[in-house]
Amino acid sequence: MPEPIITPPETRVQLRTEGEWLLVELQGAWRITETRPSWMELLAGRDPVRVKLVWGRLDDWDSALLLFVFEVRQWCRTKNVHCDLSDLPDALQKLLRQLVVVNETRFTVDRSRDFLSMVGLAAQDVWGKTKEIATFVGECVISATALLKKPHKFRWRDCVDEMQQCGAMALPIVSLISLLVGIIMAYQSAVLMRQFGADIYVADAVGLVMVREMGAMMTAIILAGRTGAAFAATLGNMKAGEEIDALQTLGIRPVDFLVMPRLVALAVMMPLLALYANGLGILGGMAVSLGLLDIPPTAYWVETQTAIDLSDILTGLIKASAFGVLVGLAGCHRGLRAERSAAGVGRATTSAVVMGLLLIIVSDALFAVIFNVFGW
Amino acid sequence: MNTAHPNAPALDVAALECGYDGQVLLKNVTFQVKRGEIFFVIGGSGCGKSTLLRHLVGLHAPTAGTVQFFGECFNAATGDRQRELLKRIGVLYQGGALWSSLNLLENVMLPLEEYTPLDAAERAELACMKLAQVGLSGYDNYYPSEISGGMRKRAGLARALALDPAIVFFDEPSAGLDPLTSRKLDELIVNLRDLLGMTCVVVSHELASIFGIADRVIMLDKQAKGIIAEGDPRVLVTDSKDVRVREFLGRGEDGGAPARQKQPSP
Repeated sequence: MPEPIITPPETRVQLRTEGEWLLVELQGAWRITETRPSWMELLAGRDPVRVKLVWGRLDDWDSALLLFVFEVRQWCRTKNVHCDLSDLPDALQKLLRQLVVVNETRFTVDRSRDFLSMVGLAAQDVWGKTKEIATFVGECVISATALLKKPHKFRWRDCVDEMQQCGAMALPIVSLISLLVGIIMAYQSAVLMRQFGADIYVADAVGLVMVREMGAMMTAIILAGRTGAAFAATLGNMKAGEEIDALQTLGIRPVDFLVMPRLVALAVMMPLLALYANGLGILGGMAVSLGLLDIPPTAYWVETQTAIDLSDILTGLIKASAFGVLVGLAGCHRGLRAERSAAGVGRATTSAVVMGLLLIIVSDALFAVIFNVFGW
Repeated sequence: MNTAHPNAPALDVAALECGYDGQVLLKNVTFQVKRGEIFFVIGGSGCGKSTLLRHLVGLHAPTAGTVQFFGECFNAATGDRQRELLKRIGVLYQGGALWSSLNLLENVMLPLEEYTPLDAAERAELACMKLAQVGLSGYDNYYPSEISGGMRKRAGLARALALDPAIVFFDEPSAGLDPLTSRKLDELIVNLRDLLGMTCVVVSHELASIFGIADRVIMLDKQAKGIIAEGDPRVLVTDSKDVRVREFLGRGEDGGAPARQKQPSP
């Protein structure tokens, strides 16, 4: 096996003294990827008056040699020793001059800021972002009213596509999680109810909590991670690839074209998924009651029916639809405002999920207050 | 640039067959690139220029044939050996392909950090010098998203040069650049070749570059699925027997790029 361009023979430097000259003969092969000889170690305490670098039998050289010559030159300068580089070839001398210029004039634009301006900029940033979000929501409202007037302008095909993506494709994960949530709730409430001999009320607890709260909430959380992130990543990439700019220069509003179909898809699919999650949660509770508390499914079902009425289901579905719009808004907004780079798309996706979750929880709290006021 | 195979060409491609998913895009591609040569791979869109480049730099394994760097076969080499070979190869991708989370200095320093025993100060100094060589001094702590496309390309070149490669591949260096910036990049390539003695393999269809700096070219063709011409573009433009070659290179005549050809020899 030949060892051609990789492992060079040892890099070598030979020192000879001639009168007051220290001759440094450079030989062999010099590779930046290998360790190069150290000038201080080579000197080994010698104290020359004049140093001359001699071009010996060099097989191959690169920046490693350049750095060595530079090291010698710098040492000579600090020790005030005469350094003769005239024997070196032009290319190396030219590179050496470049390195010297970089070393002596290296300037870096100082872009750091003091504390106060950082605080000021951060505050401006927060204000700017708030305005941006308000503008975006406004655009969505304008777009929605315009589409109500001209429904044929709506991108139905995209919308159905998105519905399949965020609805049908999310069924497996929604099934698993809501079933498990039902089971967990049934277990937790069973422990409590048993102490009072009120086993059958597990059905009330699971049914009510699922329908009013957990069904919509868990679905929204799943979709914030699944669909909100996907919206942000897709739109962010489209922005990086100038697709959004292309829409704008055609006079098509990105909100009409890209955001509306996604928002509608989520607003429609989220309640359906939540309804489905309610059913599976109740099924989970039923299974635990049968196995742990020996409550027959029929009894469980009848008890659930008495506990839940239509207004409970409706409040859950209203919330689910609102969560859907909020998750969609967060995803699309972050995506459309993403920076045009790989890292920018990553940040947009992260912040879409965080913003989506935040909006879900905050709006849920608001809904709790509102429903309480109306006595629903 | 090496000792064991002092006479081997920088790049020796023999009977190379390239393709994806069972589909053959190029077959029987054979050519050699001499050391220190500026060698162009030319051809119309979709003829497989970039595919060939991706096979040459080891991003895809060829379905048949060999690629040798300085007499050593890349495909036959073991993983470690391939890594060693890759250290001697620099690639400038179309958009620069800078890592967006690192600033320019860190971009250039990363290969040095990975492969050299240099300390941090020396790495920074060398990286600064590479940036200065491509005309980007002072931009050390700018991020790729903050500079123009041409600058990104030059920074990508600085990164490709970080380990003093013996051979540098350029993928469409002039794509997306204005003619002036494009010519400056050409000049830079020639200057670096003269200064560092590296071999340059350039994939391009820009006639001004081809006639400006190419020592030799091969032309690929989509129908022929391979090389249809090889030689000095200034000679090929008039003397090639293949009409496709004359047509392709001849488009530059109106632009005045290969004007030398029109002058009657004394």
